[in-house]
Amino acid sequence: MAGELASSTASPRITRGSSRRVAALRLLRRRLIQAVPLMLGVVVINFVLIQLAPGSFLELMTAENQVSDPATIALLRKTYGLDDPVWLQLLKYIWALMRFDFGFSYRQNIPVIDAISVHLPATLLLMISSITLALAVGIAAGVVASMKVRTVWDTLVSVVAMFFFAAPGFWLGIMLIVLFSVKLGWLPVGGMATIGGASSGFAAVLDILHHLLLPTLALGLFYAAVYTRVMRSSMLEVAQLDFVRTARAKGLSRNRVTISHVLRNALLPVVTILGVQMGTVLAGSVVIESVFSWPGVGSLLFDSVSSRNYPVVLGIMVLGSLMVIAANIAVDLVYMWLDPRIEIR
Amino acid sequence: MALPLEVHGLSTTLFTRRGEMKAVDGLSLSVGAGETVALVGESGCGKSLSALSIMRLLPDPPARIVGGEIRLNGRDIVPLPEEGMLAIRGKEIGMIFQDPMSSLNPVATVEKQIVEVLLAHTDLGRWQARARAHELLELVGMPDAARRLDEYPHRLSGGMCQRVVIAMAIACSPSVLIADEPTTALDVTVQAQVLALLKKLQADAGMAMVFITHDLGVVAETADRVVVMYAGRKVEEATVDDLFEMPLHPYTAGLIGATPVPGAARAERLADIPGMVPPLNALPQGCAFAPRCPRVMERCRQERPELTRPSQGRLVACFAAERG
Repeated sequence: MAGELASSTASPRITRGSSRRVAALRLLRRRLIQAVPLMLGVVVINFVLIQLAPGSFLELMTAENQVSDPATIALLRKTYGLDDPVWLQLLKYIWALMRFDFGFSYRQNIPVIDAISVHLPATLLLMISSITLALAVGIAAGVVASMKVRTVWDTLVSVVAMFFFAAPGFWLGIMLIVLFSVKLGWLPVGGMATIGGASSGFAAVLDILHHLLLPTLALGLFYAAVYTRVMRSSMLEVAQLDFVRTARAKGLSRNRVTISHVLRNALLPVVTILGVQMGTVLAGSVVIESVFSWPGVGSLLFDSVSSRNYPVVLGIMVLGSLMVIAANIAVDLVYMWLDPRIEIR
Repeated sequence: MALPLEVHGLSTTLFTRRGEMKAVDGLSLSVGAGETVALVGESGCGKSLSALSIMRLLPDPPARIVGGEIRLNGRDIVPLPEEGMLAIRGKEIGMIFQDPMSSLNPVATVEKQIVEVLLAHTDLGRWQARARAHELLELVGMPDAARRLDEYPHRLSGGMCQRVVIAMAIACSPSVLIADEPTTALDVTVQAQVLALLKKLQADAGMAMVFITHDLGVVAETADRVVVMYAGRKVEEATVDDLFEMPLHPYTAGLIGATPVPGAARAERLADIPGMVPPLNALPQGCAFAPRCPRVMERCRQERPELTRPSQGRLVACFAAERG
């Protein structure tokens, strides 16, 4: 209401492009402000959850190194601040986070942020390639199924989508390895690069893509199946709307109407669930990374949990949440760009 | 010279699981240049399906034209393939729909939606098409037309949306304009403006107009002739003056009786038509209106009355009317 009033009385007139840009910036500012208490909640909950887990890294560390001297253990407890009450440890952690200090990884003897940033690019690469695959395949298959609705093609797409929707990612990963790596020998079993292979240049990029293919399929096909189903039903729903008939009454062909009127409207639900699923893609990559020994944050998380390296676990949780929040803000902006009706309320 | 629109014996059937339903059964009507023919009846009597049949935009399945011809400027378009219809829709026939707010694509600008029809049927370039879209918006009386080109439909009122839809419908100067309840979803004050606009555009361009409505007040204001439909069939046709002066079919009389008259005493109750339109798959054997008809005779339940011509320019399908 207020926006409408402003745009009709404002002088000089605001053009459409700039008013939408202003609206996008306002959305961005609002979401960033909302992200602060959200992040605080994430930190507190994860910190407390880890406190609840049995055992500490210290027990593991002293046991592994056969340290039994109480004085040494007491010194270690003091060094790592474990004698402080939990609430003080939490406050110290939050205070450190504000200076972008994620703590120290006992295991690797480096700051947590360094440990994570070594592994982060691999995970981001896997996530981005999986989501890209899922969107491209899902949207295309959904559109085809909706245009050929109730035909053999539609059934075929639905059956295949159902299969990948139901197949667990780790099982799919193993099956892909069995088929393409073991039986056919076309693709590597795991890892991100050939040991002793090219380390730079085009050959290295090709090598990484070669390794990326199977994990991307294992992680992305589930989401491709989800988007296929959502896109199909969304296309069919939009095709029933009045404006589609108006467009046909203009003399546009069925295909033309589908591409230029139905598609963009039908994308909206896909974008919505994309935002919601960002977190599960990250979680799914943990599993897929272990299946394919992909050197990403997932493998780091897995190792860190096994070795009770809690600062790293906590750091990954916090950074992961940050990524999910950032991705959701990006999705909101895309949604706003796609649907001009979205305005800040 | 051939009339812009001549429909002969048009039959459209809905093929559903519960059986075949004759939604439009042997409809004939003709509309001359500059003439407005109103198609009147209750919901579900086949008005909109008649319009969609003429546009060849029936939802198929379940609806299909099973007989009759639709002559557009003398050419029967029923046998035309879909590709042939693409060149006709929007160019020779324009159509305006009931709910203007939902008739426009919410994620495309007004300009894009008008330009689209121009690019489909004319040789105009993009910029010429934009200029023409601006002209069209001014022609349909859009306030602040230049700015509206860049707006999205949700920023416009219902009346403004309907002006955009009208601009798209008349963009290529069609010879026939079909308006399917174009004012039903609008405020009363806006209704009057839109009706006046349609009359003016029609008079200027000499378009033949098929005006579908259930509002007899609108009929009195806009139509030259009226075709009354009941359960898929034409039951009466007359000039607008004759029809209001002396309705021959009891259904028409019922419709007129059910229309509120301004100034009439409040105590005077509106005469409603008892009962409902029968479902199309369970039509009575005789006249479809017989179960609700105040003048029903035994014969009406046995056989179906055919259209007869009681006087010049009038048609009615009723045994009671034949006897006078």
